[in-house]
Amino acid sequence: MLTIDQATFDAIVAHAKRDHPDEACGIVAGPYGSDRPERFVEMVNAAGSPTFYEFDSMDLLALYKEMDERDEEPVIIYHSHTATEAYPSRTDIGLASEPNAHYVLVSTREHGNNDGPVEFRSYRILDGEVTEEEVVVVPALG
Amino acid sequence: MAIEVRIPTILRTYTGGEKAVSGDGATLSALIDDLEGSHPGIKDRLIDNGDLRRFVNVYINDEDVRFIGGLEAELSDGDQVVVLPAVAGGC
Repeated sequence: MLTIDQATFDAIVAHAKRDHPDEACGIVAGPYGSDRPERFVEMVNAAGSPTFYEFDSMDLLALYKEMDERDEEPVIIYHSHTATEAYPSRTDIGLASEPNAHYVLVSTREHGNNDGPVEFRSYRILDGEVTEEEVVVVPALG
Repeated sequence: MAIEVRIPTILRTYTGGEKAVSGDGATLSALIDDLEGSHPGIKDRLIDNGDLRRFVNVYINDEDVRFIGGLEAELSDGDQVVVLPAVAGGC
């Protein structure tokens, strides 16, 4: 189960809508081992593509060094699909490399840049196996 | 000669859970061979068909090795190497 606060949920959705039709991506960091998504970090999609996302390699290094200094890990790794459902693609599964992370997929295929609901789903991806999990949105993390 | 190598979570199964290990080598290629000796299996996760895997990033002293010679990038005593899997995907 992924427990996420409303503000972080909204920030992920807003990012996905803003970058549509390109895929948006980022993470939410939290204290190591806590499973608390506390610090929203929007990343640039270096691929700038409607069908692919990739963190820029120097941004990635800076992000991981920062998390290391703060004793954090990526609790959520999110990205959007802009024309397909919010389910991990074969590429997503093959490249997933954070065994402790919740992989959040947002689909903007229905409303694009406009207001309106989006699909927001979360998965664990371990050794090529995908397990969907419940998403619980709370006013604030307890 | 000692080079510190930071290991990402996903590869710590090869290092007994260690976040950082120490290795030797005058080039990145030699360092990876040295790591393979002490942590068998790790080389295959970094190299494919004689080249660095597309979705693995390696940095020497904060420089992406792709811009400084790839596997032939030179190393000196005290250098710090960081390995990070790309965060990437696509529909």
